[in-house]
Amino acid sequence: MGKAKLGAERPLSPHLQIYRPMLTMMMSIAHRLSGVANAVGFILLAWWLVAIASGPEAYAQVSRFFAGIPGRVLLFLFSWALIHHMLGGIRHLIWDTGSGLDKTSIEVFAWLTIIGSTVLTVLVWVAGYTIMGGR
Amino acid sequence: MATPLKRVRGLGAAHRGTETFWRQRMTAIANIPLVIFLILSIVSHIGAPYDEVRAYFAQPVVAVLMLALMISAAIHMRIGLKEIIDDYVQGEGARVIAILLVTFFAAGVGLASVVAILKIGLGS
Repeated sequence: MGKAKLGAERPLSPHLQIYRPMLTMMMSIAHRLSGVANAVGFILLAWWLVAIASGPEAYAQVSRFFAGIPGRVLLFLFSWALIHHMLGGIRHLIWDTGSGLDKTSIEVFAWLTIIGSTVLTVLVWVAGYTIMGGR
Repeated sequence: MATPLKRVRGLGAAHRGTETFWRQRMTAIANIPLVIFLILSIVSHIGAPYDEVRAYFAQPVVAVLMLALMISAAIHMRIGLKEIIDDYVQGEGARVIAILLVTFFAAGVGLASVVAILKIGLGS
């Protein structure tokens, strides 16, 4: 096998700064960002679960944080990132079948993801506080 | 005798073919109902008394769903984070270190949660 010079300068395709920002492009970035946010959010989840497993004292501390304003804001953002990434992911699963790739559909999907994730997140928290006895 | 081209064809740069692509889709589909369940669990138990939260997670169905979520999410998270690193982290050394870190991160978060869920579920 011939040895390719791996460190050689290779031509680069145009990147972010070349293109006019477009909704679909922003949604692609948002999908990755929400994915990273979810990974960070899972630290909160693991922290909560470990505290529950550790006993009442550990739980009381963690629970106090999550019941406060910063904790609730973080959880709200976490749930929003989860739902946003989920809707964006469903969009990708539809694209995997080869459909929904025309210009109209990708714009519609983009708006559905933005509006849908926001509305669903608010609904889930309203439902949590009213119907399901969240406090 | 396989030529280098024959050996690499269809397997791509990571030599794993579409395995990672497929795994990301399977965990994505599994995550849809599991994450809905997670969000409802969180929202309905924030600030709840200790005994109530513990009793909730101790239910076998809840424990199984949480375990499934943590395993599926950890795998999905590792693939996704590695994909971002592959795209944006320049240089072999930095990329290897970054991949190691996100792998340990996903494994750590997943394992900590799994142990916690098992401990709650098995009641010790």
